[in-house]
Amino acid sequence: MSPTSQPARAGAPQPKPVLSVRNLAKAFGSNVVLRDIDLDVRRGNVVALIGPSGSGKTTVLRSLNGLETPDAGTVTFADTATGTDLALDFSAKVAKKDISDLRDRSAMVFQHYNLFPHMTVLQNVIEGPVQVQKRKRAEAVAEAEKLLARVGLADKRDAYPFELSGGQQQRVGIVRALALKPQLLLFDEPTSALDPELVGEVLGVIQELAEEGWTMVIVTHELAFARQVADEVIFMDGGVVVERGPAAEVLRAPRQDRTRQFVRRLLHEF
Amino acid sequence: MPFNWDLVWSSFGPIVTGAITGTIPLTLASFAFGLALALLVALMRLSRNPVASGAARFYVSVIRGTPLLVQLFVIFYGLPSLGVKLDPWPSAIIAFSLNVGGYAAEVIRAAILSVPKGQWEAGHTIGMSRAQALRRIILPQAARVSVPPLSNTFISLVKDTSLASLILVTELFRNAQQIAAFSQEFMALYLEAALVYWVICLALSTGQSALEKRLDRYVAH
Repeated sequence: MSPTSQPARAGAPQPKPVLSVRNLAKAFGSNVVLRDIDLDVRRGNVVALIGPSGSGKTTVLRSLNGLETPDAGTVTFADTATGTDLALDFSAKVAKKDISDLRDRSAMVFQHYNLFPHMTVLQNVIEGPVQVQKRKRAEAVAEAEKLLARVGLADKRDAYPFELSGGQQQRVGIVRALALKPQLLLFDEPTSALDPELVGEVLGVIQELAEEGWTMVIVTHELAFARQVADEVIFMDGGVVVERGPAAEVLRAPRQDRTRQFVRRLLHEF
Repeated sequence: MPFNWDLVWSSFGPIVTGAITGTIPLTLASFAFGLALALLVALMRLSRNPVASGAARFYVSVIRGTPLLVQLFVIFYGLPSLGVKLDPWPSAIIAFSLNVGGYAAEVIRAAILSVPKGQWEAGHTIGMSRAQALRRIILPQAARVSVPPLSNTFISLVKDTSLASLILVTELFRNAQQIAAFSQEFMALYLEAALVYWVICLALSTGQSALEKRLDRYVAH
């Protein structure tokens, strides 16, 4: 399950991030959704985006997968295989080919799972590898079974999504993303739609992926979890980055008032 | 009722033959072409291209806003004055296909729109193009939603094909009409025709239930 050609997370950051976002901006009329968002993700690192609802964190994440089109800014993917970077500049019209290349490099896990209801668990997982990546079916099935076993769902391979609990569905969602062998995993509030008692099983899987060295960007409200797995935490509010830094610093000793208020409010919920 | 029972029994033959050689193939061919056309029109209406969506909207409006009988007559009796002379069968198939296309297009469009946006996004995020997501993810789910309304269209079509008797297509109703005119047993013959239509539609309803059950296998009950 560990990603190919990804070194384990090293203490010293590498000079060049695998993903760089610069000056991302988006507005609907006078309503600013994003302004001047910068983001660097190094290989094997976990970046957590936190902030109140409507802060723009999900829009940032979705922009990284071409599900949202910013008005301006750049997204650059360093390509270790070819040495040629994939660079998207949103101030001009972005070619379809570039969007599709961007999606080839990352995979998304959705808040509401978005599994394909008309396909079994196994079919959900192999759909991308077989239909899009044109890998051999037998090979894709073998890999899918291994991944499903990893998240404890081997016996659910022929079940339909409606037969699964939310936590199980989300674990299938994660496996579907992993099966694409992406360089970057994107999580959009992966536990927000779950019953509280099911949150743990999903966070457990994500934490294991972090320990294995997967590169991830996670939008989350689970601050304790973010503190545990994230290398960097970015706090957004009103479409801008308010504060960023190592997880322990931002979450334990925030410098900005807005961050402090947010963290305190969320921790007091429990 | 004073039915001429000998005539009733002997006329079943020609009426059922009319169903088998006329009504049923006419229905199947028109529905198949009509559905293909409907999918195309639905996708045009959903496209961002204003010319395509405008043309689709216009087509649906004309089809739904004019009587089927008039459409049939325009094609069979009207077109020859423009130098396009079609035989009864092709005229009927064209008219019924165009008609089904207009009605079913709206059903399919609504069914496509009923699939949550997240399904498109999940398709895109595993690398699918729009066409691929449509084919693999969206249409299979839209199919389930559209079976009941499309069955309505299908069953209506079976009965609408009786209009083809007016452009000289030999089908169920035309055979009944001819025997009735000849024997003057109008009540008996038209009730017979009605019965055969009803039996065909009953069979279709059974088929619809089976299909719905099959397509519902992935939905919570």
